[in-house]
Amino acid sequence: MAVTGVPNPAISVRMRLAGAPGHPGETSTAGLPLRFKISNLNFFYGPKQALFDINLDVPVNRVTALIGPSGCGKSTFLRNLNRMQETIRQTRLEGKILLDGQDVLQMDVVKLRRRVGMVFQRPNPFPKSIFENVAYGLKINGYSGRLKEHVEKSLRRAALWDEVKDKLNQSAYALSGGQQQRLCIARALAVDPEVLLLDEPCSALDPVTTAKIEELMFQLKGICTMVIVTHNMQQAARASDFTAFLLDGKLIEHAVTSRLFTTPADPRTEAYITGRFG
Amino acid sequence: MNDSLNGQTNGIASPSTRGSIAMKLRMLWRKSLNLVMLSVTAACAVVTVSVLGFILGYLVWHGGSSLSWNFFSKLPAPLGETGGGLANAIVGSGKLLLIASLIGIPIGLMGGVYLAEFGGRTFPFMVRYATDLLNGVPSIIIGIFAYTVVVVPMHHFSTLAGGCALGIIMIPIAVRSTEEFLRAVPRGLREAAMALGASKWRTVATVVVPAAFQGILTGLMLDVARVAGETAPLLFTAFSNRYWSPGWNQPIASLPVMIYTYAIGPYEEWHQQAWAGGLVLMGLVLVANIGARLVLSRRASFSRS
Repeated sequence: MAVTGVPNPAISVRMRLAGAPGHPGETSTAGLPLRFKISNLNFFYGPKQALFDINLDVPVNRVTALIGPSGCGKSTFLRNLNRMQETIRQTRLEGKILLDGQDVLQMDVVKLRRRVGMVFQRPNPFPKSIFENVAYGLKINGYSGRLKEHVEKSLRRAALWDEVKDKLNQSAYALSGGQQQRLCIARALAVDPEVLLLDEPCSALDPVTTAKIEELMFQLKGICTMVIVTHNMQQAARASDFTAFLLDGKLIEHAVTSRLFTTPADPRTEAYITGRFG
Repeated sequence: MNDSLNGQTNGIASPSTRGSIAMKLRMLWRKSLNLVMLSVTAACAVVTVSVLGFILGYLVWHGGSSLSWNFFSKLPAPLGETGGGLANAIVGSGKLLLIASLIGIPIGLMGGVYLAEFGGRTFPFMVRYATDLLNGVPSIIIGIFAYTVVVVPMHHFSTLAGGCALGIIMIPIAVRSTEEFLRAVPRGLREAAMALGASKWRTVATVVVPAAFQGILTGLMLDVARVAGETAPLLFTAFSNRYWSPGWNQPIASLPVMIYTYAIGPYEEWHQQAWAGGLVLMGLVLVANIGARLVLSRRASFSRS
């Protein structure tokens, strides 16, 4: 490491992958069309406050990564974007979350979740066939068109089609962990969401499979906005365009990924990305 | 006795020979205590198995010889005549269990779904508590209840009344087993469905219940098997009948009540029939139990990952 003369390991990651993700010339979210605009978000579990006054812009068709130590509230924040958090008892939300200018809290929750898909930490396919898994979202939304074509399209988008095309009627549990996670992505993509929320989607997967999922995210950028929670900083550096750093429920810093990892403005961000805590 | 602890004391003791006799005595004591406890627990385990084996063997020994096609196809013979069977009691038990299932299964299933999936804090707590209490109510008291609310207004014993009594007994077990199996479904599956825009009820109906289906089915099978052997609640609800019982409004024979009647009767022929009836009843319960096990073990291999 000393030979290269690079003091910050995160920077070397960034340099190695220079040019892969990111949009040259973009230095902030200013001027970009926004999918989500979150203002003054506070969130409570009973009496305990988990998120403090968060303001964040999520630009259209970009990947925004949320990083921070365990328990900093990044998953809580993510799960508020499709109101999954309100399924947990005794929680309270204050502030505004706008999706394309509409207040998420006023929206019909079914419509919201159809527009904002989600992929979870552990692959959670339904105990049904591969086909039924992908078709589920379409069926419950009353889609009566050509299910087969739609399922194939979604599986292709999730880069899983070639591996499963001959066994669509087999149980989803017969797939490997990485395939299951891609199946979950296909399932989420089947309803054509504008946004895909990914809650540590690779934490239960091996490095090879993780690379596949990241590759997939890169390809999906053209068709949807992604927000990914990760505790893997290299992953955030590799796969995202913008990164937000959360600490103890507060948004410390939000910047273009390349800048946040090279010249963080806040000393706490620097301490975290250089591995001094977390 | 902890192995690592043993190893430690041995390790300390071995270098020096001083006090080695005391050490050896303690070790001997430890080893013999170990042996004694192992033997006692193993003996108790063996008793458990042998009670079942003894009951089965005894039933086969006494009842096996009376089992014949006649036993399954003929009505009880008139007094003084030999032959005859318990066909009406077998069919009667089937009809009673059918009514019991029609009452117990829907209520138990829906109640279990409510407890596992809906509701707040206080009400489900009360329901759960009441269910456990109901489960503890002696079956004869449930028989009296069914007698009061069904037999008395209808003015006679009936299949319906007996089925009601058995159905009530089924409810608490059906509720709790359904609840348990639904709770075992990982939260991730529910969230996956809801994140796709499914409503709560849709999630439960299309994802959670199907995921737990085999478990729920097993619980219900065991529940039916359990009430199949109930005698007391039938004595003054279904009563008994020496003939076929057409429809649902007449007193009806059932295997447990027939066994009871025949076993305390004065005729050797009756005793033989009672043994055979016991064997058939036991066989039904065993089949249900083993079937349930098979269903469950298939499920275990299904939910890999």
